[in-house]
Amino acid sequence: MNRRKIIAFGSFLVLINCSMPLFAAGAEKWTGVDESVVEKYAKEHGREKRKSFIDTDQGDLLLFVFLLAGVLGGFTAGYNWKVLISEKPADSGMNRE
Amino acid sequence: MHISEGILPFNWAAFWYVVTIPFVLLGMRKLQKAAKDDLSFKPLVGLITAVVFIISCMPIPVPTAGTCSHPCGTAISAILLTPFVSVVVASVALLIQALFLSHGGITTLGANIMSMGIMGSFTGYLVFKLLRSMNINLAISGFFAGLLADWATYLATSVELSLGIRGDSPFFPLFWKILLAFVPTQLPLGILEGAITSGMIILLYKKRPDLLIRMRVITVKEVEA
Repeated sequence: MNRRKIIAFGSFLVLINCSMPLFAAGAEKWTGVDESVVEKYAKEHGREKRKSFIDTDQGDLLLFVFLLAGVLGGFTAGYNWKVLISEKPADSGMNRE
Repeated sequence: MHISEGILPFNWAAFWYVVTIPFVLLGMRKLQKAAKDDLSFKPLVGLITAVVFIISCMPIPVPTAGTCSHPCGTAISAILLTPFVSVVVASVALLIQALFLSHGGITTLGANIMSMGIMGSFTGYLVFKLLRSMNINLAISGFFAGLLADWATYLATSVELSLGIRGDSPFFPLFWKILLAFVPTQLPLGILEGAITSGMIILLYKKRPDLLIRMRVITVKEVEA
C-alpha cells in the first residue's frame, strides 16, 4: 500500500469518527464498557462488583494512582525505547547468537 | 474487557485460573530463554510491557457509542515477543491494574488473562503470520492482527461473562446480548487498535529493521529488497 492510499484511508477513518458525535448526541455520559456492559449485565443476573482488595477508588485517590501509573509507564516505555533505538545495530555486539 | 472483582462465581474464577496458569508458566520459561539468547530482548519486553499496561487502562471516548473503552496492545506484543511471552506481559499489566487501579480483580485475573492475554495474543499472532504467509505487506498484516486481536478479546470476555453469570438461563441468548452490547464501542476501537499495531510495526521497521529480523517478524531478504 503506497503512502497516498494510507493517507486516504487514515483521513477516511478520521472523517468517520469526527462525524460520529452527530449520531451520538443523545449519549449522556462517557462510562467505560466495563461498567456499561460487564457490570450492568452482571448486576441484572445477580452478580455485583465487589470492592478491590486495595481500594483506590476513593475520591481523587484513583486519579492520583492513574497519573502515577501513567508517569511510571511512560518513563519505562521511553527509557527502553531510547535503549533500543540508540543501540547501533552494526556494532552493538548485543546479539549473542 | 476487565471483569471486575467478585463478578464471576468461585468455580468459574478458579476454572479460568487453571486454564491460564500453564500459558503463563510456559511464557515465563520462553522469556528467560530468549533474554539469555539476545540482550536486546529485555528492553523490548520492558517497552512492550509498559505500552500494554498504559494502553490497556487508558479509556478512549468512542463517540459512536457515547462510552469509553481501551485497546489491548496484545497483538503488537505477540508479534514482537511471541504469543507465550505476550501472555506474561499481559498478566503483569492486568495484575498491576487489578491491585492498584481498581481495573479487573484478583479473583477475575485468570478470566482477564484468558481474554486479553491468551485470546488477544494468539489471535493477533496467528492473523499476522497468516497474512504474511500470503505476502501481504507489514502495515496491512499489522492492522488486521490488531483489529482481530481486539475483537477476539471482547468475544472471549462475552463467553466468560455469559458462562459465569447465566445461572440456569440458556447460554446463547445472554452471550449474543453481551457481545452485541460491546459492538458499538469495540468496532471503532478495534480499528484504532489495528492502526496502533500497524503504526508501531512500521515505526520499528524504519528505526530498527534488524530488531524485527531478530524477532523473526521479517526476513533479511525483505529489508534488502
